[in-house]
Amino acid sequence: MSNNKRALKGGEFLIKDVDYTQVFIPEEFTEEQKMIAESCRDFIQQRVLPNVEELDKHNLDLLIQLMKEAGEMGLLGISVPEEYGGFGQNFVTAMRALEEIGKGFSFAVAYAAHTGIGTLPILYFGNQEQKQKYLPKLATGEYIGAYALTEPEAGSDANAGKTKAVLSEDGKYYILNGTKMWITNAGIADVFIVYAKIDDDPNLSAFIVEKNTPGFKLGQEEEKMGIRGASTRQIFFEDAKVPVENLLGERNKGFKIALYILNLGRIKLAGATIGAAKGAINYSVDYAKQRKQFGTYIANFGAIKHKLAEMVIRTFVTESLTYRASQNIEDEEEALKQEGMDKDRAAIEAIRQFAIEASIAKVFGSEALDYVVDEAVQIHGGMGYSAEMPVERAYRDSRINRIFEGTNEINRLVIVGELLKRGMKGEYDLLTPAKEVAKELMAIPDFGKGSEDYFEKKHKLVKNFKKAILMVAGAALQKFGQAFQEEEEIIMNVADMLMLTYATESTLLRVEKLSKMYDPEKLAIYKDILDVFSFDTAWKMYKIGVDTINAFAKGDEQQAMLMGIKRFTKVDPVNTKDARRRIANKLIDDGFYNF
Amino acid sequence: MKILVLISNVPDTTTKVKFKDNKFDTTGVQWIINPWDELALTRALELKKESNGKIEKVAVAMVAEKSAEPTIRKALAMGADEAYRIDTTAKDSYSTAAELAEALKDKDFDLIMAGLESSDYNGLSVGAMLAELLGINSVSAVSGLEFDGEKFIVKRDIEGGYEKLTVQTPFVAVVQKGIAIVPLIPNMRGIMMAKRKPIHVIPAKGVEPLIEMVEFELPKPKPPVKLVETAEELINLLHNEAKVI
Ligand SMILES: Cc1cc2nc3c(=O)[nH]c(=O)nc-3n(C[C@H](O)[C@H](O)[C@H](O)COP(=O)(O)OP(=O)(O)OC[C@H]3O[C@@H](n4cnc5c(N)ncnc54)[C@H](O)[C@@H]3O)c2cc1C
Repeated sequence: MSNNKRALKGGEFLIKDVDYTQVFIPEEFTEEQKMIAESCRDFIQQRVLPNVEELDKHNLDLLIQLMKEAGEMGLLGISVPEEYGGFGQNFVTAMRALEEIGKGFSFAVAYAAHTGIGTLPILYFGNQEQKQKYLPKLATGEYIGAYALTEPEAGSDANAGKTKAVLSEDGKYYILNGTKMWITNAGIADVFIVYAKIDDDPNLSAFIVEKNTPGFKLGQEEEKMGIRGASTRQIFFEDAKVPVENLLGERNKGFKIALYILNLGRIKLAGATIGAAKGAINYSVDYAKQRKQFGTYIANFGAIKHKLAEMVIRTFVTESLTYRASQNIEDEEEALKQEGMDKDRAAIEAIRQFAIEASIAKVFGSEALDYVVDEAVQIHGGMGYSAEMPVERAYRDSRINRIFEGTNEINRLVIVGELLKRGMKGEYDLLTPAKEVAKELMAIPDFGKGSEDYFEKKHKLVKNFKKAILMVAGAALQKFGQAFQEEEEIIMNVADMLMLTYATESTLLRVEKLSKMYDPEKLAIYKDILDVFSFDTAWKMYKIGVDTINAFAKGDEQQAMLMGIKRFTKVDPVNTKDARRRIANKLIDDGFYNF
Repeated sequence: MKILVLISNVPDTTTKVKFKDNKFDTTGVQWIINPWDELALTRALELKKESNGKIEKVAVAMVAEKSAEPTIRKALAMGADEAYRIDTTAKDSYSTAAELAEALKDKDFDLIMAGLESSDYNGLSVGAMLAELLGINSVSAVSGLEFDGEKFIVKRDIEGGYEKLTVQTPFVAVVQKGIAIVPLIPNMRGIMMAKRKPIHVIPAKGVEPLIEMVEFELPKPKPPVKLVETAEELINLLHNEAKVI
């Protein structure tokens, strides 16, 4: 693995630029990756979609059967190494598979929970015996996995859990007592990764708990707004006897495991939202081409085209940033292994390195999908409100993505918090670039003629976005010092600015890379996507920036920063109406998402 | 026993067909195994699996240029053991059948399966032509295929019912609806193994096609439908507007 593949550390995109050769784009999937994706797509189409209604009636036998079928096809073992009966595929491949599975409604949630948070804690933190015992069964679907962290009184504040573990007198068991809540796959799982505090430890420890453990009980199925076909229940521990050898990782280190696994879960969730969004777009364009009002197909109305185009744009952007970050994780893992790190640690360290990007992908992807399914319902009009239509289900099923794997608020806190932590630790220097921007603010603006090159201009725009963030966040930090963390409104704003910037940059790098692969005619539509998204982002950055500045700055400083934010978000005019029409027309012409 | 399945590389059935300079415009087109061939291959693989080793091999053959190899690879991922690619662009049914006959004449397959038609040019004739050129039996309209350990039992749809027959090997079976219900989805193991399976590239003989495509015309967009409520209205329209009665 060459060093240049590892061009950036996690979060470093704020202060360092990369060129397009250093990012991975979805147009570069290998033949084998495409074939795996096709198999996942066909499996969802043939086996899952005809069954979604039945699954939604809590038919757990059917869910188990479909999971086992996925297991027989090898789809549960994609990330599990071959020595444990899996297929040892790399990170990006697993992401691509998940994207297709993401079209499978509740099944996608069961699948993602099993293959992600249900299986990976054992893969990355288990000892040899634990791996031998559980992984081959999890990889084939003989066992189904679940992950039990949340408690009635410990949700976002997950380390506050009250579930207790004490060693039995004979020293052979941990005796667990407590309640876990909202546990995905609870009704179908054989193995649970359970977090509890041993004695009076300050932090959690993790345990592998089998379903037939004495003292382990399941609650009723929760009646939920969406993903009704996924099993969600409380689980109860009443003097549950868990063998000591089922402690996962070290005592008191469980919270770390929980967080690492959540980082992974976050980017994986983004992968699934891409598929779900493409699915909803396909249903919508199909309907818009069939439904006639006022003597014409509704696909011919500008208002509908606007929606269709915006659905495509947000999906395309999610895809650009999610696969970019996924490849970063994979490259980091490879590089760490080559440096001699043990492969499990390398995988964990790699995802930790890109925790900021994983949170960005989670928030951006889940919010993009919510937009997409909302407009999908709208395009269907009254039919969109009918339980007969897939978009009605898509609308309900989407909503959970902003809540689990860390709510989007918690993830926004992570985005900003992690960045500052790394700056503080000296992993990279945020201070100097922030000071430079402050200096630039005081200097006379450079009115010189900039480059006329399309991509250079876009790069300049993204650079300016970064300056806007450094200016706003730098000043806020200076003003509040330690009390900055109390200013959540500002943190949310800074997180949004970081997210929008990363999204724009990832889309820019993708389109620039495409410009070397496609002729200008074919490229034009991708430039439209980039034009609309970067233009909209500039105005959003402006509004968020102004709000943030007004929240803490006064007098000359405020005036200077308001001028600054205007300058840093200045963008050339774009006829977004025409650009969106072209995007929508391609979608309508193709009849499905084909970008 | 050895089975060969003929496969062709066709545009995905959802492809929006466009023409550029009176030629099919392939930009952005996804290529797939012709759906009939995919079902034939599915059945062949099922038979092999059930045969206790008596069917020792299922191979596939395609007349196509190198760019079609992802489609061949997919057939290998489904479970075919090896593949033959006759290295030329498929032009018409005759030249395709003739190239196949040349390439296959010394490869002793007991059963050659061909899909009823390909979903691109729908020529309906490669299977039968190939049998003729190889001088072997051919059975058409095959909707079911069994193997009893020694011979193949063929089910054919006939007017109002079906017939079952056995055929002396080697023979060509031109298969249609019913041969398999859904195409087999390649599993992870199959996909991983596919890259290690051989694709034998056979140089083409350069058989000249007998058919030349003169022109393509897309179907006219459908005119809007008029819903007619009463018989009188219909007669009136047919008489006065359409002027057909
Ligand atoms: C269908 C479903 C499946 C789930 N599956 C699992 C699973 O498999 N395993 C598992 O362990 N858990 C699971 N969960 C639990 C899920 O992760 C939690 O619901 C989630 O973390 C939020 O916790 P909470 O519900 O207690 O909300 P709370 O933490 O009470 O949050 C309420 C609101 O307050 C906000 N908030 C909380 N703290 C802060 C803060 N510091 N700053 C700003 N805002 C804040 C939140 O963002 C939210 O808007 C699942 C939940 C659901 C609904």
